[in-house]
Amino acid sequence: MDELVTLNRRELLKTTTGLLTGLVVAGSPLARLARGRAWAVDLTALTTSEGTTLMAMARTICPHDKLEDAAYALVVKAIDRDARKERDTQKIIKDGIASLGAGFAESSENDRVEALKEREASAFFQTMRQKTVEVLYATPMAYAYFGYEGEAFSKGGYLLRGFNDLRWLPEVPLEDSGPMPVNA
Amino acid sequence: MAHIEFKDASAVVIIGSGAGGGTLAHELTRRGIKVVLLEAGKRQSLESFSQVPGEAFGQLTWLDPRTESGDWGGPRHSPSLPVWHSKTVGGTTVHWTASCPRLQPWELRAKTTYGDIRGASLVDWPISYEELEKYYEIAERRLGVTRRNGVPGLPASNNFKVMYAGAKKLGYKQVHTGHMAINPRPFDGRGFCIQQGFCVQGCKMGAKWSTLYTEIPRAEATGNLDLRIEATATRIEHGADGRVNAVVYRDSGGREQRQSARLVSVAGNAIETARLLLLSSSSKFPHGLANSNDQVGRNYCHHITGFVWGIFDQPVFSWRGATLAGVIEDEVVNEPRRGFAGGYRIELLALDLPTFASVGLSHGWGKDFASIIENYRNMAGMFINGEDLPRSDNRITLNSSVKDAYGLPVANVHVDEHPNDRRMRKHAQGQMARIYDAVGAKRVIQGPVPPATHNMCSARMSADPRDGVANRWGQTHDIKNLFISDGSALSTPGAANPTLTIVALALRQAEYISQQMKVRKI
Repeated sequence: MDELVTLNRRELLKTTTGLLTGLVVAGSPLARLARGRAWAVDLTALTTSEGTTLMAMARTICPHDKLEDAAYALVVKAIDRDARKERDTQKIIKDGIASLGAGFAESSENDRVEALKEREASAFFQTMRQKTVEVLYATPMAYAYFGYEGEAFSKGGYLLRGFNDLRWLPEVPLEDSGPMPVNA
Repeated sequence: MAHIEFKDASAVVIIGSGAGGGTLAHELTRRGIKVVLLEAGKRQSLESFSQVPGEAFGQLTWLDPRTESGDWGGPRHSPSLPVWHSKTVGGTTVHWTASCPRLQPWELRAKTTYGDIRGASLVDWPISYEELEKYYEIAERRLGVTRRNGVPGLPASNNFKVMYAGAKKLGYKQVHTGHMAINPRPFDGRGFCIQQGFCVQGCKMGAKWSTLYTEIPRAEATGNLDLRIEATATRIEHGADGRVNAVVYRDSGGREQRQSARLVSVAGNAIETARLLLLSSSSKFPHGLANSNDQVGRNYCHHITGFVWGIFDQPVFSWRGATLAGVIEDEVVNEPRRGFAGGYRIELLALDLPTFASVGLSHGWGKDFASIIENYRNMAGMFINGEDLPRSDNRITLNSSVKDAYGLPVANVHVDEHPNDRRMRKHAQGQMARIYDAVGAKRVIQGPVPPATHNMCSARMSADPRDGVANRWGQTHDIKNLFISDGSALSTPGAANPTLTIVALALRQAEYISQQMKVRKI
């Protein structure tokens, strides 16, 4: 949840080079921690316009229309961090963004898909694809959106919380299954 | 815990603390033998296991660089991680999913059973099933394996209900929640399974057997074990007589240390075991230790694997429950009419959301990729675990163009799949699709081949020294006080997840080593 806190406990950094902002979606994991109704991500290597292009790119790579922007912003934040740490990555990302052109974020989804298809083999696209998949689906917003319940030890596992609650198929006979260790 | 002096030449040095090394350490120390156990990783505990998948991966995985070559990488998409095993006290028993099938009697006679197959380097095991059986029984009791010795099975999860219903419609008979080293009820100081679905991240209940919290603390309690963590073996040394006499390693501060040894056991998982033998070349053994027949690193096997996912109209919540608790065993037969030699298991599998997105699907993007993940809740999963054929040129070698933190060449893993491997995978994927179709799948997805978690046969046991590295006790053909004690020693892989066999072999090897030491033959 640390990532979420940074989305909503913003202190302007001296190193800030750009900024992504958005509104907190009611009922989302972010809303439970949020101080206000807005979130913001400081960029430390990329400009606001570059960050906006990458957000649109992340959404094109993993298009979940109803998944909130804040989740995609965390992808951009992770890329920005890599770009700050590694000069090579920074060059790949900045050059890649420049090659997509200024209008990329505002263009239609079809146009964005076409633009990315042309770059599928590039280091820029591959870096972004890998980072988007790695970061996006590990965010609390994605967990909530896809209904994934995550670690269960702190809640006593799924033993009494639905690990065998499927009812649309027959039950497995005891000889091929096993007894519950405690009374359910 | 014992403190053994660096110059104490009476100690047995074991490299690696997983299923093989950890078990051997316990078996020797409880017989009064002093053991130095070197483990490259850190020591975690039930409390310290991270339950954030990405963090847990970093906490437990061997991430030192490796390279790969051969056509096997094509379907796998993971060039920087050809194999996935652990670097932590307890080794891969911390991250395993605890499936414990036995090898079948005919699988131990692979060459005789399958005949001569072009492009394969099959051998028969130098051990009969009857000889191994006794140790399987001891291992199953010790690990508390389900459906053996009166231990009940694990209860069926949602994911298994889907697999079971489909398999039964296809007429499969041997379908159950598996022989698992996971406690269905408290046993042996370990907790019971509360169906967390976090087997791979380290079981915080200790329900799953791991040497981390069984064999190793028991070995420590004997007062005969000196466990050294963050100790990376870099070289095994020998004397003028050709017997090994010391292990050189880097300690946690990167300093080089040298531990004298009466006997050395290598159990660093099949990649590192082969690499260490190759790194230990000398003027007497110019091609590496135990390598006079050029067999070290060859015949590397890793099982035929692959994911199959089914999407349904209704929720499955596949992530709830023990990761691998379900199996179909009917295809573990040698039936050449299917178009290939050897057998395979179909095993239950679920992946947490982040791992599913990054490992479980072929590396796509865009609308179709996203639409599969949109169905994550309604998805069931299975995994192939089949016997791959050994090939002489599928091997671990040293890659001098890439160096590790100590400037030593890293391992290169070369695999060209045998046509038999591809035919088996195709057959398995077809059967698995039919299983899901039989219960109304909206869509079936063939996932990629993940990094290999079962690494075997790279220093295999063979009756004839020209065919392998070690004899029937895992004792190297060339050097009688040098032993192989991990999955590297398996002669052929069979279709069984390897840990139970590794433990059984370690139990048997410990008897042999202690008896040989007693009569001063070693």
